[in-house]
Amino acid sequence: MTMTKGDIVERIYEKVGFSKKEASDVVESIFEVIKHRLAQGEKVKISGFGNFVVNSKRPRKGRNPQTGEEIIISGRRVLTFKASHVLKKSMNIQD
Amino acid sequence: MTKRGLIEEVVKLYPRYSRREAETMVNAVFNSMADALRRDERIEIRGFGSFVVKHRRAREGRNPKTGRTVSVAAKRVPFFKVGKELRLRVDGKVAEADLAAAAE
Repeated sequence: MTMTKGDIVERIYEKVGFSKKEASDVVESIFEVIKHRLAQGEKVKISGFGNFVVNSKRPRKGRNPQTGEEIIISGRRVLTFKASHVLKKSMNIQD
Repeated sequence: MTKRGLIEEVVKLYPRYSRREAETMVNAVFNSMADALRRDERIEIRGFGSFVVKHRRAREGRNPKTGRTVSVAAKRVPFFKVGKELRLRVDGKVAEADLAAAAE
């Protein structure tokens, strides 16, 4: 099973009872706000879930594995997610 | 930004909802995702990324301080893979100004 935005919308709809259109708009906005902050290089911390952090990578030498040719891999910014201890713990409760 | 800041943003964007309602909605987003991971489900949010649950086998580990062997139980860990749109935005390959203009 895969959860999608639609399932999250459903959950909000159950919780607050606004229309699905309204719930869907809010979910869309929540992810857009997060994306915008991350694009700005800001850290986004969601307690009980985890932290989204932007890291800078320095340029480094690499090799094209097909041709063996040396290339420069340019520096870039990447996003990493670190799950909270609470989440990890709750995923490993034996039942 | 913390979850609290995110709730404030929602209140600003949707003045018709109370702070409490905004809080309920933001919490519902992350609670439903955490629930999915606890059920061992994957999550796919287009434009944002996907979360998968990886299974780690039980193994013999070592306490680096004492050198003593300890058994580490099998566990499940969440793993995030950034989506294409967000990956490009974080790397500055898509200008935020262009996105704001496109949204209007």
